[in-house]
Amino acid sequence: MARVVIMGAGVSGHTAASFLQDWIGEEHEVVVVTPNSKWNWIPSNIWVGVGEMSKEDVTFDLAPVYEKAGATFKQAKALSIHPEGGANEDNPYITIEYTDPSKSGEKETLTYDYLINATGPKLNFAATEGLGPESGNTVSVCTPDHAVHASKELQACIEKMKNGEKQKFLIGTGHGMCTCQGAAFEYIFNVEFVLRNAGVRDMAEITWISNESFLGDFGIGGLHIKRGGYAASSKLFAESIYAERDVGWIIGAHVNKVEKGKAHYELLDGSMGVEEFDFAMLIPPFAGVGFKAYNKNGDDMTSDIFAANGFLKVDADYTPKPYEEWKAADWPRNYQNPTYKNIFAVGIAFAPPHLISKPMSSPNGTPINPTPPRTGMPSAMIGKAVAKSIRDMIGGADMPTHTASMTEMGAACVASTGKNLFSGTAAALTVYPIVPDFEKYPGIGRDLNYTFGEIGLAAHWIKHLLHYGFLYKAQMKPGWKMIPE
Amino acid sequence: MATEEKSQTSHVKHIEPYTAEFETMVPTGMVKFFRTCVIWQFVRFIALNIKMAIVIFKSHK
Repeated sequence: MARVVIMGAGVSGHTAASFLQDWIGEEHEVVVVTPNSKWNWIPSNIWVGVGEMSKEDVTFDLAPVYEKAGATFKQAKALSIHPEGGANEDNPYITIEYTDPSKSGEKETLTYDYLINATGPKLNFAATEGLGPESGNTVSVCTPDHAVHASKELQACIEKMKNGEKQKFLIGTGHGMCTCQGAAFEYIFNVEFVLRNAGVRDMAEITWISNESFLGDFGIGGLHIKRGGYAASSKLFAESIYAERDVGWIIGAHVNKVEKGKAHYELLDGSMGVEEFDFAMLIPPFAGVGFKAYNKNGDDMTSDIFAANGFLKVDADYTPKPYEEWKAADWPRNYQNPTYKNIFAVGIAFAPPHLISKPMSSPNGTPINPTPPRTGMPSAMIGKAVAKSIRDMIGGADMPTHTASMTEMGAACVASTGKNLFSGTAAALTVYPIVPDFEKYPGIGRDLNYTFGEIGLAAHWIKHLLHYGFLYKAQMKPGWKMIPE
Repeated sequence: MATEEKSQTSHVKHIEPYTAEFETMVPTGMVKFFRTCVIWQFVRFIALNIKMAIVIFKSHK
């Protein structure tokens, strides 16, 4: 009997766990290790952050789902990886520390035959001085609790505006190396929508700040869609919605310090600025969760299997090269660690070979560019492909059998710009492929037949249906496998 | 005294000339109307689902 250990139960980890349990769970053991007791449909956190949904609407308890499916669930955080075993254990293992209140602080050794690193990111608020809910200066929508806090702060601002006090809102990214511009994009327009509905829009000044060199970059180097006989840049459409909704923007910005009511930033041209605010939601940069890895002798070998940013190295080409020499082939296909063939990384946890957006820095040498997004649909598809490979390797295959390259898959993304059954809107976007391939698609790097976008109520309906559909799927209710990733 | 005439973009708040906001495109009133016109959006709902399903299934191949 083989044991597959999955560290993390977000979109990618839970997808891998669900399918593996379904495919091999009767004969083999699937163990999920995650510090959280609940699964969170993260895309809907933005609605929690504006008071349109509750924390309970976007989460559910994982333990009963895994118990019903037959998988082993350990509410614990992984501490270290020992791919060669150790002094007292010949098999590879990880060490974990329980966060389950009934065993809190207890440590355990957990051997594995296959290991999937699906830990997602560490929300690295510490990278920017004064950033984050703990500092009390800015709010976040990265977790359900953060979003609940953001909603309370927003409601307080609305009350002030109703009492005649003008408020300044600053929303975007809190560091020059952030990803997830899409979440901040959704949040700023949902805030604007809520303020309009509350009748206080004229009392609010709303400003976007981000590390993108142009609006609509979204960490994927922007995209083009067909409109009016042209392949039109996402810059046009992004700028259009900001202008239409009277939202100002500061781009190419690295927020380097936040104080109460003030965000200090450096721009791509090297100039410095300060933006005042009454309410700020700034996304933090992501980093790997900070595991340590040790060899058989107990020596630290973290840098052998993890990249400097803490993400796990997989079958990508990590050779440093200039933007002009980037190729689709640089990107991983099977997500297997090159040294330890029984270790895989999925979702945010794998180390990308390089950015997707063009690297940029200020004359002061400060890098200011979005890092590659790998959440949502690609994250789930990578999780499923790795699950298929492990299933087949347990069955006798000597190498991964399935691939999910971000240069060969598309992504469908629906970004909310206001939640209401009749007056709400969202931007529905697809890109194909996610990482532009200028050799295969000369000119704009993507297939225009499968890359499109439009804003409207229909997209909002889709966004809302996705909320219920993916929560249903993640709870492994009847027919869950019919819902695509 | 000049009278204000209704234009196709009168739904948009004044945009200061020679700013980045002025240099981009803004939707006309008709585009705005169709974005939340339930009948038209029902049609778009079907069309979008088909278009997205094609991309999703192409990616799953």
